Amino acid sequence: MDELIAALHSLLPADSVITDPVRLRTYECDGLTYHRATPGVVVLPETAEQIARVVRLCNDFGVPFVARGSGTGLSGGALPREDGVLVVTAKMRRILEIDLPNRRAVVEPGVTNLAITEAVRDQGYYYAPDPSSQQVCSIGGNVAENSGGAHCLKYGFTVNHVEACEIVTPEGDLVTLDRMDPGYDLLGAFIGSEGTLGIATKITVRLSRTPEAVTTVLAAFESIEQGGQAVSAIIGAGIVPAAIEMMDALSIEAAEAAVACAYPAGAGAVLIVELDGPAAEVEQQFARLREICSAAFELRVAAGPAERAAIWKGRKSAFAAVGRISPAYIVQDGVVPRTSLPAVLAAIDRLSREHRIRVANVFHAGDGNLHPLVLFDDGTPGEGERAEVVSGAILDLCIEHGGSITGEHGVGVDKSRYMPRMFGADDLDTMQLVRCAFDPRGLSNPGKVFPTPRLCGEVPGVRKGVHPLVESGKAEQF
Amino acid sequence: MTLAQIGVDVRQAGQGDAVRGVVPRWVALPTSVEEIAAVLRACAEQDLAVTPAGGRTKLGWAASPERCDVLLDLSRMDALLEHAAGDLVVRAQAGLPMDALAAALADKGQELALDVPPGWGATVGGTLAAGLAGPRAFRYGTARDLLIGVTVVLADGTIARSGGKVVKNVAGYDLGKLFTGSYGTLGVIAEATFRLHPLPAGRRWVVAEPDAAEVPAVAAALATAQAEPSAVEVDRPRQDGPVALAALVEGTAAEARAEALREIVGSGTVTAEPPAWWGRIPPGETLAEARFPPAATGAVLEAAGTALRGSPVSGRMLLATDERLGVSTLRKAVEEHGGRVVVLRTPDDDVDRWGQVSALGLMRRVKERFDPGRRMSPGRFVGGL
Ligand SMILES: Cc1cc2nc3c(=O)[nH]c(=O)nc-3n(C[C@H](O)[C@H](O)[C@H](O)COP(=O)(O)OP(=O)(O)OC[C@H]3O[C@@H](n4cnc5c(N)ncnc54)[C@H](O)[C@@H]3O)c2cc1C
Ligand SMILES: Cc1cc2nc3c(=O)[nH]c(=O)nc-3n(C[C@H](O)[C@H](O)[C@H](O)COP(=O)(O)OP(=O)(O)OC[C@H]3O[C@@H](n4cnc5c(N)ncnc54)[C@H](O)[C@@H]3O)c2cc1C
Repeated sequence: MDELIAALHSLLPADSVITDPVRLRTYECDGLTYHRATPGVVVLPETAEQIARVVRLCNDFGVPFVARGSGTGLSGGALPREDGVLVVTAKMRRILEIDLPNRRAVVEPGVTNLAITEAVRDQGYYYAPDPSSQQVCSIGGNVAENSGGAHCLKYGFTVNHVEACEIVTPEGDLVTLDRMDPGYDLLGAFIGSEGTLGIATKITVRLSRTPEAVTTVLAAFESIEQGGQAVSAIIGAGIVPAAIEMMDALSIEAAEAAVACAYPAGAGAVLIVELDGPAAEVEQQFARLREICSAAFELRVAAGPAERAAIWKGRKSAFAAVGRISPAYIVQDGVVPRTSLPAVLAAIDRLSREHRIRVANVFHAGDGNLHPLVLFDDGTPGEGERAEVVSGAILDLCIEHGGSITGEHGVGVDKSRYMPRMFGADDLDTMQLVRCAFDPRGLSNPGKVFPTPRLCGEVPGVRKGVHPLVESGKAEQF
Repeated sequence: MTLAQIGVDVRQAGQGDAVRGVVPRWVALPTSVEEIAAVLRACAEQDLAVTPAGGRTKLGWAASPERCDVLLDLSRMDALLEHAAGDLVVRAQAGLPMDALAAALADKGQELALDVPPGWGATVGGTLAAGLAGPRAFRYGTARDLLIGVTVVLADGTIARSGGKVVKNVAGYDLGKLFTGSYGTLGVIAEATFRLHPLPAGRRWVVAEPDAAEVPAVAAALATAQAEPSAVEVDRPRQDGPVALAALVEGTAAEARAEALREIVGSGTVTAEPPAWWGRIPPGETLAEARFPPAATGAVLEAAGTALRGSPVSGRMLLATDERLGVSTLRKAVEEHGGRVVVLRTPDDDVDRWGQVSALGLMRRVKERFDPGRRMSPGRFVGGL
């Protein structure tokens, strides 16, 4: 490590190499704080060329490297390696080009998600993917996680809004992956690869035109079942709202305690539905929505931006808010087909009672993305373990119902052990062929996503017999 | 086991089974994912080269394979496996004709928003493997944006899945994107799962013939119009001829929104049917695609010495001609504006179909990993992949 650090000093300005143990420790975890490791060394490069040189150096020394943006990730993706280099993009925060005629912007990876929207909002544009962490999270992190946001129901994820990425490959080459290029869609494979296929150094994003009209509705229901029925009815009516969010009684209680969001008292569930688009269309859809939500005991419609923000306030604070009603909690992220929501919510409720662990449910109801908040008291012996059991069982439920173990927070270190429950060995081996093509030495963010690294030298044996998904009955289940 | 021993239907191939002039020896007709795997394992054992085929409408596109022993015909894998209407998701076998899929979805008031024109026999797998964009890519993206899960079979017979049947899913690498547009050179797409959209409440087209010089500015204004067109297309049947322009509005209040677009165009009519050329590949022996930043529309219209059709708002146009296409001049002009030119189909063997690709080295390595024996349509794709 000492030799490597000396070499890094010769490549980078003095203040771009961090070795002070106290400062190193500030990088020991991302937003998932129960996985910690002090990085061997931290570098803060200022250019793509510097990142390429750092990566080449890592190759010379056979040392792993991990990219880090703003460290808001919730799956331990940016967990450093004690024997490796943490490459932090915090000094690469320039918006390089705003090209409105082509509706795109070219940015450095450390630029925050919201900064892009702020740079073009006055001209009537915005960057569509809007993770709740958008004030701080970096676009490089968004690319790595294929982040979504409340509005991805209508507008899609990061992968649908990125036109090109310049990357430093795990071997230190600068390569551009462009949607316009013929050939394999390596851009599509890179986005969502959680830093395991290289480091994004320049990102071209698509800008969207601000919609003409936005209508935000808060509907309060007596029960979560009624809320769920309304969601199904909205989709069934052929309406694709920008967002459909749902919160249950416990998460409403938490939000109330934290930010006094003043949601209707006594609600078993609230739905936030946002319609946007051409004014004439929004108007007609809203009329329809009102009919559909007839079971709601209260329906609030935001009259302007301030009221819209008030409606969103409770939802946006929900994660942090549960801290008010519980000493500790796990934020889970799983996906089920929307039509399985009622069954899955009932099963979560059973799990909760069986293990005496409270679960607050907040979710992107439109696309079946659950964020159960599993509450526990870390001061009470055994509760943490019980919460872990409940949290894991929720993922099993998602898999059982044909869903996914993560809708937006990624696999990282946290969920790699669940990957074999969702995918068979052949599936994972095949994904790792991509890894081996990009990173034959396994130096780029090793230990993330996949439970066991594939040795890239090995010749894949032909596996015979039934696919594990078929064997376990899951493939027929669809 | 040899191909004859695996219990899958195999017949002798004929001229009609050629892949851009290369006539295979056999045609294999698997009926299940496992049978595809069995065929590919047998081919691996005997080092036979394979080209997958769906509706066979594009076997003459791209380059000829270096060798082709077996045409893997997916036409018997034509089942619609499940349509989960409430989840707006469908899963189908690769050989399912797009027309049959569209009809089944329309029954439930839904669609796969991929403008494959009816009546050609294109299949799910072929549509993915060729990865062409239609007019509404402007709004919905291309096949890769609507594909949420795949089952593929690799050259060694390995069956692998990625994605799933939920739209929101970031677990693992997205093999679906990798296989979309891969022209059968990485493996066989056996099954695919797509996200669907509700059939729009209404559709209206604004059809006009603006002055050719005005087209770029009109298109730019339409692209950012808050009436939100789903597509804007132009058609120029002859190099120096007039340019027809059409914009599509979908959803509720379509009529009023179309009227708003007509005002932007400054002329034209609002109709309930598309013009005849809408979403069709223009006729011509040689077909090329220009992809470019939308603001380069004017430059592309000028540089293309051919008939041309496509989207000035997405920055994609098909150029068609029966004469020789001056590819290098055209490519130079389009690349100067940040674009690319790909020759999709040509009788000419010496043309540089693809141009420069920054990531070609990485693509080669992906090909080597997925198909180390170079048996899957070798040579058909970029850089001889
Ligand atoms: C309160 C809160 C709310 C959140 N809400 C959402 C939400 O609504 N939707 C959502 O999708 N996520 C959400 N997240 C998760 C998180 O914000 C996103 O995953 C985000 O994209 C991470 O960005 P980051 O810059 O913080 O990345 P980091 O945490 O620094 O890194 C995340 C991963 O990206 C890799 N990485 C970082 N930069 C690069 C680069 N330049 N090149 C290659 N790899 C790189 C890292 O190695 C790591 O694997 C939330 C998190 C918090 C704390
Ligand atoms: C906007 C738009 C406009 C169109 N217009 C026209 C038109 O005007 N005329 C027309 O004929 N078609 C048109 N099409 C249809 C479409 O382009 C093709 O027909 C389709 O892409 C090819 O389908 P196919 O089943 O015939 O594939 P094939 O021709 O059988 O195969 C095409 C390529 O894909 C590979 N392939 C096929 N199946 C698989 C598989 N399962 N796994 C791996 N590789 C596979 C083949 O090896 C081959 O390289 C249009 C499509 C779009 C999106």
